[in-house]
Amino acid sequence: MAGKTLDFVGATGRAALRFAATVGEWGVLMQDTIRGLRAVRIWGGLVFEQMMRIGVASVPIALFIAAFTGIVLALQASYTFTGAVPVYLVGSLVGKTMIIELGPVLTGLALAGRVGASIAAELGTMRVTEQIDALETMAYDPAAYLVLPRVLAGAVMFPAVTLLASTLGIVAGWLTAIQLLEMSTPEFVRGLEAFFVPFDVVFSVIKSFSFGLTVTSLGCFFGFRTRGGAAGVGRAATSAVVASSMVILVFDAFWAAVLL
Amino acid sequence: MIRLRGVHRAFGEKVVLKGFDLDVPRGATVALIGASGAGKSVVLKHIVGLLAADRGSVTVDGREVAELDQEALYALRRRVGYVFQFAALFDSMTLAHNVEMGLRRIPGLSSRDIRRRAAECLELVDLGGLGDRYPAEISGGQRKRAGIARAIATRPRYLLYDEPTTGLDPVTTTVIGRLILRLREEIGATGLVVTHDLGTAYEVADSMAFLHDGRVRAHGAPGEIRISGDPVVRSFIEGAPELMETIA
Repeated sequence: MAGKTLDFVGATGRAALRFAATVGEWGVLMQDTIRGLRAVRIWGGLVFEQMMRIGVASVPIALFIAAFTGIVLALQASYTFTGAVPVYLVGSLVGKTMIIELGPVLTGLALAGRVGASIAAELGTMRVTEQIDALETMAYDPAAYLVLPRVLAGAVMFPAVTLLASTLGIVAGWLTAIQLLEMSTPEFVRGLEAFFVPFDVVFSVIKSFSFGLTVTSLGCFFGFRTRGGAAGVGRAATSAVVASSMVILVFDAFWAAVLL
Repeated sequence: MIRLRGVHRAFGEKVVLKGFDLDVPRGATVALIGASGAGKSVVLKHIVGLLAADRGSVTVDGREVAELDQEALYALRRRVGYVFQFAALFDSMTLAHNVEMGLRRIPGLSSRDIRRRAAECLELVDLGGLGDRYPAEISGGQRKRAGIARAIATRPRYLLYDEPTTGLDPVTTTVIGRLILRLREEIGATGLVVTHDLGTAYEVADSMAFLHDGRVRAHGAPGEIRISGDPVVRSFIEGAPELMETIA
């Protein structure tokens, strides 16, 4: 019994050390990335391309998710409120929820899958085929050349895609309300305006900015530390998505506790 | 001159280099031979600072690589061309762009000069006209040559070749061997060729070093290595594992 307890304590300790070491390695990569800001000649021309790949190419999936979320929110709000709460509050619920919660979080999670996996797989492949070593031998700072453009693009484009998605979600909720719930547009807008404060948008931008940093930096991190060929690339992509999703949810709770 | 003295390097439990010594004099081409997994590529990575020794000294042009700050390390890397075992070409770029990458890090070169010099390098390795192809669209031998073109683009003082002929057919192997000799004449770079292909080593090297058990076991002119009486060296040269058993 004592032996099993000791084994458990040992295993927990080793897992904690591995976790701390991983966080430390991520910190070192981020430090190198921040230092890389000086090398504008290396990364300056690459950010726009990454903004297109990370942001613009992600718009369809983000809008698809947001549209159906808006529809479901309107229908479920109506179902819940009927007979108990004024129905115009459907607009409040759709607007508030899309802006401060589901818009940023669902977009973040969707992009964690799409962008995080893609970055980890791309950089992981470059790692196992020595392309990152080749960059270094040609006097390129890999953090400045590979990480910085992706992280900057993520920090800018996640909020932009999120705002677009939240807007479409509200529009979808409005269309649902007027087409299926027999609400009028003034009723829906009244509800939308009732609880809206401009800070909601700021809150959404702050959250999605942090999600953008999370997804891109973790994608780069797991890509950079890839070992072991194709299987290693697969593991890197999976780890990037899982870790990004978990950190997004932690950040979601953190920002709610700190800013609301 | 490249000089390694008493270099020790381990990866976890596995000790790869155990007091490795080697000199690569200016203008010479040295072949580092040894079995697969002996640590030959690890030696090359120490020279350009991709790996740091646990103990020992690695100097290039008299300066300790491990002590260089980032700028000095980049300056060193601009003086060294590195040919990777599997070419390590950037697969999202054309061959021309691959070759241009190193040139873009040289201050003062115009875009026109960069394109012209990249075309010259591809011409030099007989890939002229293939500059707009992607690495996936060319053969293994052509990829190796493109990797060499990329390495020589910055007109380096040193050229490090990591298994330049591995996985190639005999004819392409000969082509690469002759290319290494030709480049030595045309750009005059000091060379360190890591290989387990003895034919290439005999052909291109002024001297050969045999890496075994983390150290240089034998070092000499190709003719001396060829007739070495050391059973470990003979075992490698003749591909005869039973000779190893006689000393075990």
